Amino acid sequence: MGLFILRRSGVMLLTALCLTFIVFFLTNLYPNLEKLAKTQGNFRMTDEAVASWLDKNGHSGWMISRYGEWLGVLPGWTRENEEGVTGRCITGAVSAEEAANAPTFCGILQGDWGYSSVFKKDVASIISERLQNTLRLMGWVLLLMVPSALIIGVLAGMREGSATDRGLSTVSILTTATPEYVSGVIFIAVFTSSTVGLKWFKGTATAATDNPTFENFFLPVLTIALYGMGYIARMTRASMTEVMTAQYIRTARLKGVSFHNIVIKHALRNALIAPFTVIMLQFPWLLNGVVIVETLFNYKGFGFILVQAAGNNDIDLLLAVSVVSVFVVLITQMISDIGYVYLNPRIRIS
Amino acid sequence: MEPLSALDITARILYQLSPVWISLLILFALSAAFKRRLGLYGKLFDSPIGMIGFALVMFWVFTGIYGAMDMIVTHDPLSQVSGMKNKVPGTPVRGLGEEEYQWYLLGGDNLARDVFSRLIKGAWVVVQIAPLATLFAFMVGITLGLPAGYYGGRLDTILSFLANLILAFPVILLFYLLVTPEIVATGVPNYMAIVLFMFPIVFIGVLLNSRYYTRPKLRNPLLAGVLGIAIWLYLQLVSSGGYLINTSTGFKIPGLPKVLDFFDIPGGILVVFVSVVFVNSPTVFRIVRGLTLDIKTRDYVAAAQTRGEGPWYIMLWEILPNARGPLIVDFCLRIGYTTILLGTLGFFGLGLPPESPDWGSTINDGRKLLSIYLHPALPPAFALLTLVLGLNLLADGLREESLKD
Repeated sequence: MGLFILRRSGVMLLTALCLTFIVFFLTNLYPNLEKLAKTQGNFRMTDEAVASWLDKNGHSGWMISRYGEWLGVLPGWTRENEEGVTGRCITGAVSAEEAANAPTFCGILQGDWGYSSVFKKDVASIISERLQNTLRLMGWVLLLMVPSALIIGVLAGMREGSATDRGLSTVSILTTATPEYVSGVIFIAVFTSSTVGLKWFKGTATAATDNPTFENFFLPVLTIALYGMGYIARMTRASMTEVMTAQYIRTARLKGVSFHNIVIKHALRNALIAPFTVIMLQFPWLLNGVVIVETLFNYKGFGFILVQAAGNNDIDLLLAVSVVSVFVVLITQMISDIGYVYLNPRIRIS
Repeated sequence: MEPLSALDITARILYQLSPVWISLLILFALSAAFKRRLGLYGKLFDSPIGMIGFALVMFWVFTGIYGAMDMIVTHDPLSQVSGMKNKVPGTPVRGLGEEEYQWYLLGGDNLARDVFSRLIKGAWVVVQIAPLATLFAFMVGITLGLPAGYYGGRLDTILSFLANLILAFPVILLFYLLVTPEIVATGVPNYMAIVLFMFPIVFIGVLLNSRYYTRPKLRNPLLAGVLGIAIWLYLQLVSSGGYLINTSTGFKIPGLPKVLDFFDIPGGILVVFVSVVFVNSPTVFRIVRGLTLDIKTRDYVAAAQTRGEGPWYIMLWEILPNARGPLIVDFCLRIGYTTILLGTLGFFGLGLPPESPDWGSTINDGRKLLSIYLHPALPPAFALLTLVLGLNLLADGLREESLKD
């Protein structure tokens, strides 16, 4: 087990390195840097002015060495000009002595996530603040989605082919066929607009960042939860029907154990191994849902800054966003693998 | 002129769609009549769920095709008529000639364009891109997944690592990185198109070669002919204006001369197509690899190996046909997923031009005024919902029927 986790962690680090390099490469392609220079400097810069601006701000040189600087394994860039010394690890222009005292390495390994060119703030503070908002959203989503999906799946899979099964299966197919931007729009139209007139909820969740209430927070949570719910429910149903046809369930029935007891005591534990993996692997999709729903409901969370950063090519912020999301995806994958081994006695013991 | 009542609107829309109803009726009558001779497709007509799904899917396919032929649409989807901004469904259009359609059946959007016509035209965008992109993703996934599962070892490790790499990306981040104008200007999507579109050629080439390897007299002309046409199509697909790559910085790779290039894919569509194929292929790869791992332990594979069949013959003509059931089901589901992805791209305003009538863009335009005007955003939302639902039901029906034998 220890070796397994160690190997998985190694692969995970390699994946994270590759992915961040891809993001770094794509965000640092010349047209993107040119756009950055023009938005930061002015829009009528000549090509030479752009090149000198980029050089002055440490965006010139080999891509791989700049990636090393961002990572914190290569010394950060420094430039000397008439105002003094500027550099990656130095704020503003300072004298040569002060520059000598500044740290040599400052990348994410040293905890320096860089500076956001859109929000004009430290990336680390933006990420931690916005991530809290999204974690709250995700928490409620999981709290709503997982139990209801499991209940639907178990009820449907309990008696295969019954009317309950047909009904619940149709509901879960319907929810998997409704992406967040469709269900969100329908919910907003039905529950918040003045045309329909129900006005049960608020159409935006902007206020929910400070003060989440049922009225402004339920619709975004429901929108994300519904899309993921159908899939988990179907997996649970498949696993439940498989367990219900197993030999030991038939034996229990023949012994005269009540149906209620069979489901609760015998079937449920075995039927819930597969959905666990599925729930963990849902996280990448949840992340997508979060981006869509936060845009739709104007909720200032992690997905919202992803859109802002990607739309404005805010390199440092975008890299930080991808680091976080890639780690979320990879860690959940690892938990699902370990959990599967741990939960399944057939694998655990052999 | 009087505005139309709700009943009138429904009747007129149904009438407007009459070519679709007729086609659906003919299709269903023919299929039901000959269902015993049509294999898995015929068996679909034994399952009510599958039939409903198939009907929904074919409804949108026919709507898209006839819409592209300008049969159903009532107005030009891009033209703006003054005074029709955000007008409710059934509002009459002022100042039109006798022969023109007199109403906006589903109202006007915030740029005073006809919602109904845009909805129909949007169906064509989906019907055009989604199945083809899924097919390409399948070609890529099969061409790489079969050897990965069959040979295993280092090849499998490397390919699986790459697939997991792409899967670990949040899709929306990937889209933003690939589809922004600055990246498109560097030609990255064109390079990806050059690589990804090569897989179908490799697939077809290996497929035919492994089958007719022992009959060189038939194989040589067949391969030359098929590959010739395929490569010509490929070059037409990836080169535009005589160049494979033509970036703003002046870097160019010459491609097929304009004389031989009969069609050009509009830049936006190509980029969207490539990114959707790119996102879908790793999942297909994983499915094919898993199925291959399972099937290669069967006796008939061992028999073929003993007979001395080549590895590609075994992969493509022994393993692949036996994996078709799950693959067909996944193909249907994946078209639905691709439709959702296309909608996502439109929703974030990526790739397709902003005036494009595709459903995602229309939903995005409509949602901004959603608290006051419902009619621009809801029709495309329901359209997307019904199409994806249809594909899911169809996949369910197919799965059920293919498990029966």
